[in-house]
Amino acid sequence: MTRYKWLVPALYIIFLMLPIYWLLNMSFKTTNEILGSFTLFPAEFTLDNYRKIFTDSTWYMGYVNSLTYVVINTVISVTVALPAAYAFSRYRFVGDKHLFFWLLTNRMAPPAVFALPFFQLYSAVGLFDTHIAVALAHCLFNIPLAVWILEGFMSGVPKELDETAYVDGYPFWRFFIKIFLPTIAAGIGVAAFFCFMFSWVELLLAKTLTSVEAKPIAATMTRTASTSGYELGLLAAAGTLTIIPGAFVIYFVRNYIAKGFALGRV
Amino acid sequence: MARIHLDQIRHSYLASPSAEDDWALKRLDLEWRDGGAYALLGPSGCGKTTLLNIISGLLQPTEGRVVFDGTDMTEVPPEARNIAQVFQFPVIYDTMTVYDNLAFPLRNRGMEERGVDARVREIADMLDLTETLGNRAAGLTADGKQKISLGRGLVRSDVNVIMFDEPLTVIDPHLKWVLRSKLKELHQRIARTMIYVTHDQTEALTFADRVVVMHEGQVVQSGTPVELFEKPQHTFVGHFIGSPGMNVLPCMIDSGKCYFAGAEIKTSNTVSAGSKDTAYEIGIRPEFVKLSRKGIAVEIVKVADAGRYRIVEAQRDGHTIRLLAKEDAEVPGRGTAHVSFDPGHTQIYANGWLA
Amino acid sequence: MIRKTTNQKGWLFVAPVVLLVAFNAVIPLMTVVNYSIQETFGDNVFFFEGVKWFEEVLHSERFHAALMRQLAFTGMILAIEVPLGVAIALAMPRKGPWVSVCLVLMALPLLIPWNVVGAMWNIFALPDIGLLGRTINALGIDYNFTRQPGSAWFTLILMDVWHWTSLVVLLAYAGLSSIPDAFYQAAKIDGAGAWAIFRYIQLPKMKRVLTIAILLRFMDSFMIYTEPFVLTGGGPGNSTTLLSIDLVKIALGQFDLGPAAAMSLIYFLIILLLSWVFYTLMTRNEAN
Repeated sequence: MTRYKWLVPALYIIFLMLPIYWLLNMSFKTTNEILGSFTLFPAEFTLDNYRKIFTDSTWYMGYVNSLTYVVINTVISVTVALPAAYAFSRYRFVGDKHLFFWLLTNRMAPPAVFALPFFQLYSAVGLFDTHIAVALAHCLFNIPLAVWILEGFMSGVPKELDETAYVDGYPFWRFFIKIFLPTIAAGIGVAAFFCFMFSWVELLLAKTLTSVEAKPIAATMTRTASTSGYELGLLAAAGTLTIIPGAFVIYFVRNYIAKGFALGRV
Repeated sequence: MARIHLDQIRHSYLASPSAEDDWALKRLDLEWRDGGAYALLGPSGCGKTTLLNIISGLLQPTEGRVVFDGTDMTEVPPEARNIAQVFQFPVIYDTMTVYDNLAFPLRNRGMEERGVDARVREIADMLDLTETLGNRAAGLTADGKQKISLGRGLVRSDVNVIMFDEPLTVIDPHLKWVLRSKLKELHQRIARTMIYVTHDQTEALTFADRVVVMHEGQVVQSGTPVELFEKPQHTFVGHFIGSPGMNVLPCMIDSGKCYFAGAEIKTSNTVSAGSKDTAYEIGIRPEFVKLSRKGIAVEIVKVADAGRYRIVEAQRDGHTIRLLAKEDAEVPGRGTAHVSFDPGHTQIYANGWLA
Repeated sequence: MIRKTTNQKGWLFVAPVVLLVAFNAVIPLMTVVNYSIQETFGDNVFFFEGVKWFEEVLHSERFHAALMRQLAFTGMILAIEVPLGVAIALAMPRKGPWVSVCLVLMALPLLIPWNVVGAMWNIFALPDIGLLGRTINALGIDYNFTRQPGSAWFTLILMDVWHWTSLVVLLAYAGLSSIPDAFYQAAKIDGAGAWAIFRYIQLPKMKRVLTIAILLRFMDSFMIYTEPFVLTGGGPGNSTTLLSIDLVKIALGQFDLGPAAAMSLIYFLIILLLSWVFYTLMTRNEAN
């Protein structure tokens, strides 16, 4: 029995790859081939779909917009979460437990509930259709997540480290940046990974808060799908390209993923 | 109950070992008498745990056979070898009670509940666990958990050998002693073969009738605690056992006589003719070095008080000689002194091995 | 456990977090509460309505139907993804180069934008041009997820299993890799079989991460919007209209702000309540 155990993950991975393969397959086909025949490989291999995306600014700007707000969000979330997580892991202060719990409840708020109020709020403060609006809105669920993950990692660092540094005469901020942050580098990597991930995959809020200037690639795709009829090849190519940033990020943090999950803080 | 013979065992963790250093265990051949209390002593990384895992069957040796009472067990899996093992970190089944933990090995072997109950209570009594039988095992202290791991081994009546892999690592110092005497007592009571792996000489020497000392993948000596102390077969044993360890000094052999610092040294063993490629050393324990009027002139550099005696550190030609002086003996604080060696306890070593 | 010192300066450290999250959470939540108790006929004129909208939502057949569909969906995906994820994690290699290959490939679906997941499965499952749809029909089963509610549900569940089982796998795997080798060796020596090892060693050690996996999958599946919206649009008919889809239809489609806001709050409270129940149930044993 144990000899065939490898079949289980192998079959599962094949199951995971099939829809992705189909998307990739379609992205290299012409519209005629997609609609006219059923082929497992592209008969007329074409790069036209990708060419269109890389030459049409409404398409490629979608990627730029998405990556822009995702990066801004990741930076904001991790930066503000670091001192907060430090306080939660080291200090006791009035209302700390309630505050921590309140932060986590925001992870449970359905984006659909907040879509309309967000639209009104960000319109009122004049941020509608900017990258910063989406980046700030995603903070709703990413900051609690980052605080949670980082607090887990920081609690694993013995307090003696802090105390030794003070005895050695380090001022707090120099200790925090020079000694403490490098110690929890893995945790920062894991937190950044999950912030990137959840901001990158979210669409509802991103779509609601943008119209032209900061429109994410995912929104460009849905609008194309509904307005210009059956441009499936183009849609498939655009979809394929959205997988690439994620794949890159996973590859770089592959050794940390298991560790981050091991803390059970996701 | 069995006599265990490790027949020409060699082991490497590499797929195709070539150099001598590729072998985690260099060829060894050992016999463990039935009912003996053995200790496997050596520094970290000397191959103790590897050897233990080969006996328990968790590892297959690259070469050689593991024989229990004349039966070749090399290919037999651990569960069929009737052995028990206590690990460095207590292994307990968190979700079970202490009772169920102890009953686990018996139930797995299909024993009926009446027999299980009698056996579990007997062992719990032996280990002073009776009062905690109904508690969740997860809540116990480290020494309590280690007792459970031990109990799971004792509970089976058919166990050939119980092995301990540095079992006191996580135990509080003041409880180590208690648990150690408990082990000794248990061994005398149940008379089953026990193999105790450790890097702590006190644990090894107090527990075992016979100590096997390992160094860099080989057995350097196997003997009683007294033998190890008085006649180390290898300079490593001399160093490793005893506190402070044996003095090892380079010497010269000339027509059957042994010289250190120009003076002839009387030794218990002799080498008739020295060969050029061999490094000769004399070994003498600090206990057998005396301050004397005559003898080898040395420079005293340090005197440390160790309670009932003092450790005197002296130097001669850059070589350190330690000796023990009684508390009330007169020891010059610094300066030149003379020392003499007890011939009956001075040995010559050739390339590390007793000549 | 770290011993903490009382230090009110902690508030200074958490202030930026509180400000940012409060900006995003408190103001919109107040807006929603505000709408939920008022009536408007446009032009920013509002009338106080008390709990009228709450009563209306709680008594509406439409809400009940969406809630039942939501519960069915969440129940099914939990029943499939958790055991499946654990089984895959158990079968995964523990050491060697294949570990990172498995982890990277398995994590891939988690990093794909949710609408792309929907679109990908739409293309994959279409009965005429999709690999899945074509294959099922070739097997002699009539399958069309845009027309038949049964096929639509099957596709929806399969898509979610595809999308999220990896999360359970990764969590369970992390739990498994925290078990020291000595436990397996001891169990072997104690004569424990595969089932006993799973029941008494692996499952207890995975309990913590599985609690989190179940909570996360519960919360996220209860909030799911984008993937089913892109895949089926809630159809055919209303057969796959889950809570979020219904909510957006009411709020943005019909612009019925009052009922939508009331529904939002009820929805949010249900998630909070059920999460709390789950959490208490799953951690109850530990407290004893």
